[in-house]
Amino acid sequence: MSATMRERFYETAAGLVSADERMAVVLADIGVGRMPAAERAHPDRVINVGIREQLMIGVASGLALTGFRPIVHSFAPFVVERPFEMLKVDLGHNDVGAIVVSVGASYDMAVYGRTHETPEDVALIAALPGWRIYVPGHPAEADQLLRAAALTDERVYLRLSEQSNQLARPITPGRLHVERRGVDATVIAAGPLLDATLEATADIDVTVLYMTTARPFDADTLHASLTGDLVVLVEPYQAGTSSAEVSAALADIPHRIAAIGVPNIEHRKYGTWQEHNAAHGLDARGIRARILRALARNR
Amino acid sequence: MLRTGTSPALEYSDLRRLMDLQLGDEKHTFSATSTLDVIWVLYDRVLRIDPDRVDDPDRDRFVLSKGHGPMAYYAVLAAKGFIDVAALRTFGRYDSVLGHHPDRNLVPGIEISSGSLGHGLGIAVGMALGLRARRSPARVFCLVGDAELDEGSNHEAIAFAGRAYLENLICVAVDNRSSSHGWPGGLAARFAIEGWSGTTVDGRDHAELERSFTADHVGRPHAVVAMVESKG
Repeated sequence: MSATMRERFYETAAGLVSADERMAVVLADIGVGRMPAAERAHPDRVINVGIREQLMIGVASGLALTGFRPIVHSFAPFVVERPFEMLKVDLGHNDVGAIVVSVGASYDMAVYGRTHETPEDVALIAALPGWRIYVPGHPAEADQLLRAAALTDERVYLRLSEQSNQLARPITPGRLHVERRGVDATVIAAGPLLDATLEATADIDVTVLYMTTARPFDADTLHASLTGDLVVLVEPYQAGTSSAEVSAALADIPHRIAAIGVPNIEHRKYGTWQEHNAAHGLDARGIRARILRALARNR
Repeated sequence: MLRTGTSPALEYSDLRRLMDLQLGDEKHTFSATSTLDVIWVLYDRVLRIDPDRVDDPDRDRFVLSKGHGPMAYYAVLAAKGFIDVAALRTFGRYDSVLGHHPDRNLVPGIEISSGSLGHGLGIAVGMALGLRARRSPARVFCLVGDAELDEGSNHEAIAFAGRAYLENLICVAVDNRSSSHGWPGGLAARFAIEGWSGTTVDGRDHAELERSFTADHVGRPHAVVAMVESKG
């Protein structure tokens, strides 16, 4: 396995800062020292504000208001939940762009417990207007999405995770990728849960759509490639995060939704993300059982 | 859209009338007027900005962090030709561009959309960093209130701005003693300990305000504590 999403991120962000004098990176201690050459060469555009996440977002807003394209980065709870009102007001209400890059995902660092876990991240950002949300499933996809985001002035949330699929797909930002066509149901697998979903459905005749852009949701591709009346969402963050989007996309078609994801509970366990996936039925076995149950109710 | 471009220059003595236009009559309170002299002196004597070039990348920025009670701000903007005097009559209406909290997306010349307390100084720090990175001569003036400083986000900004030597950042703290738990030792000390230069002045004295806004503060950010009458 080559570099993780996080390792690739530091490398690419450093390259973007060096290549384009509009790019800036704002950190709150997390990630400091990971781009040493860029930090040395561009101290005015690679900025560490210390452990001050509200300021991190405010600074990003001020940089955007003075012509820069800021990347802000931290662990997901500290870049999404801690400064949530700054995301809403400093970026959204002021209508300026930034690329918010989180690491840690739902429970990559499960050993640290609940304070460092954010299965709510996508739902929270999705509750704010005007955000593009990327959930890559492979370091190469994460890299592609970061570079795409750098070319725009949009508000982008890029959710990086330790968990990854074996192979990158030829994704298009904003679109669902048609991974496999089947008959009995349509399964939407988000980001790093594609491999587990494919393993779970290896002998089940379903369409599999691969989602790396969670918002705006690609209603057109879902509508056009729908098979069966059952839509199964497999998301590595809070269960049902995209259910309303699926419902809206299929408002004119009778359908059912089975939403697989992380349950909205205080799960007081440590260990590894693999153990948490297994506990929540987000490994191949669990996903398969849920899909078979949902299909059985179909008949 | 908002300005006629032909209105005659208005003076400080016109501001009361411009505020009355927003309120229908003479209803305004101290929360509205505590900032009046500070904002007037900035726009009249200090800021290098031009209503005809509100997008000039090297303009000075005035950041109203304390977005509450913006009538004085709107009055000064109207007096200086940034917004049409006629628009003041629409204050707070559904279709107005002038809400009870300002929105930069509705009014060219307003630098940030504010309202909830404790956002402007962090944004101003980002602006100062951006302008410094571009080697711009522009300065950032951010107005906060003493009660607004209750919000912890301000203290993230104050601490960092001092350590980042943001010489192009000036924070004006209008102090009408409205913070519930107060600031023993005075506001200026909160900035000084973080490496800012600072001064405490009479927030109604135009000459003193101008001097404090333009005082030298080489290599560090500058705080001006403007004392005004206690609230209610």
